[in-house]
Amino acid sequence: MIVHSDEISRDVSVPADAAPAIEVRDLVKAFYDVSGDRVTLAAANVNFTVKRGEFVCIVGPSGCGKTTVLRILAGLEQPFSGEFRLHTSAQPAMVFQEASVLPWLTVAQNVAFPLKLKGVAAKEQRARVAELLELTGLTDFADARPHQLSGGMKQRVSVARALVDDRDILLMDEPFGALDEQTRLVLQQELLRIWERTGKTVVFITHSVDEALTLADRVLVMSPRPGTIVADLPVPFERPRDVVEMRRDKRFWDLTYEVWRLLAVSPEH
Amino acid sequence: MSKPYTLSPEQIARLKSHSRREKLHRTISYFSPLLLLLLWEICSQTGLIDRRFFPAPSSIAGTAWQMTASLEIFDHIWATMKRVAIGYVLGAVPGILLGLILGLSSPIRRVLGPIFSALYPVPKIAILPLILLIFGVGDASKYVVIAIGVFFLMFYNTLGGVMQIPQIYLDVARNAGASRFQTFRYIALPSAMPNIFTGLKLAAGSSYIIIAAAEFLGARSGVGFMIWASWQTFAVSRMFVGIVVISAMGYFTILLLEALERKFVPWAKH
Repeated sequence: MIVHSDEISRDVSVPADAAPAIEVRDLVKAFYDVSGDRVTLAAANVNFTVKRGEFVCIVGPSGCGKTTVLRILAGLEQPFSGEFRLHTSAQPAMVFQEASVLPWLTVAQNVAFPLKLKGVAAKEQRARVAELLELTGLTDFADARPHQLSGGMKQRVSVARALVDDRDILLMDEPFGALDEQTRLVLQQELLRIWERTGKTVVFITHSVDEALTLADRVLVMSPRPGTIVADLPVPFERPRDVVEMRRDKRFWDLTYEVWRLLAVSPEH
Repeated sequence: MSKPYTLSPEQIARLKSHSRREKLHRTISYFSPLLLLLLWEICSQTGLIDRRFFPAPSSIAGTAWQMTASLEIFDHIWATMKRVAIGYVLGAVPGILLGLILGLSSPIRRVLGPIFSALYPVPKIAILPLILLIFGVGDASKYVVIAIGVFFLMFYNTLGGVMQIPQIYLDVARNAGASRFQTFRYIALPSAMPNIFTGLKLAAGSSYIIIAAAEFLGARSGVGFMIWASWQTFAVSRMFVGIVVISAMGYFTILLLEALERKFVPWAKH
């Protein structure tokens, strides 16, 4: 059964007293490498809360453990200690950084994949997939094979697949990291449009300060490994946002400076 | 607004010419082995090679025609085909399934893997006498020896395919809520498909090697038996008919598998 979200235009600003969707407390992740007999601390004492319907970006240098935190929230890895609480009925949907589109399925079949696993009726699958292809601008590519698609198109497929079974929380792990700047800007704008329509709670990881400020309600800044949250900055721009126009705003550049300063002074380990 | 740019029919034809050429190459590839026969015919006719041992393809064709007209050849083909087909399926199905299971589960792979590694190097023909002893000289022993040979090729090729599945596909399945069986069916099997087809083609080739040897030793019918019996009576032309027939059977089996591969693995390059 799919519960279709109410897609009428909603008030896009998240109320300050909105209920939490994700709560992370003292999360620690460590790895043990047998061959080198080495213990690596990936993330140390990570604490943050994401409100329902909020768009939060986590920025940090590569290797700071931000992907690990996201994978733990997605149920793909276990934390070493600490806890996290997801106030949702379904496991969060994830959009991966690498090309995660299954090469043996067509675009439509890829988008339908989570529905197929749940045994949703074929007719209902088709209707829902058509809706998502429309939303992500892929309608003309429904029967294409992944190897025929550009990198940007493939990430659209990943986004459509993550949205298809309408889970409350969307986790995005540098989904546009491998794309050229122009494609990235287009997809950022579309993601904002989709988010404004669907009201998902989004945690979006990026190493691009620019991308974080473009998308987020709040930016969480992580320190280098072992990563921990060193700052929690509200992003004040009104919504709906225009990803090009907002670059004329002086506050955008002040915030960019602020985040860069935080990243630069984060202690090295 | 200016008129949208469109391609002329000639330009479209030029675009399509590449795939037409590809089709032509595929058609030619079916017949290329015939060139070898032509060379042989010339060498034999001109006396470049000894005709008693290497009769010209045209004279072999004469013998083949007689054997075809008397329907004798079909009995042998049928006997061999049946043994290969049954043995092949008996070996391929468990080979693929175990390859998938061991590929996905590292505990099972650690425990059972060494058993297969220990058994794999045993030459299948070497244990044919043992198999004849256990299963008798009838068809059952042929099924078993082929199944054993096919099993290992399918097992190792499938295992290799599953071990190479990019972790990201398994993550996608897990995040989409796939059960163990669904991961097996919708991720492992399609990911391993190109390797499975490589295995199927290798296994088809070795099936015919094994059946020929098995029919030399313990059979009263089949193309292998015909080759051996012809050799013993110095009916060299008949022997060559047997060799050609069994080669052709192998060749057409591979063609069939390649056609199936194009149908079932459309995402892989061929």
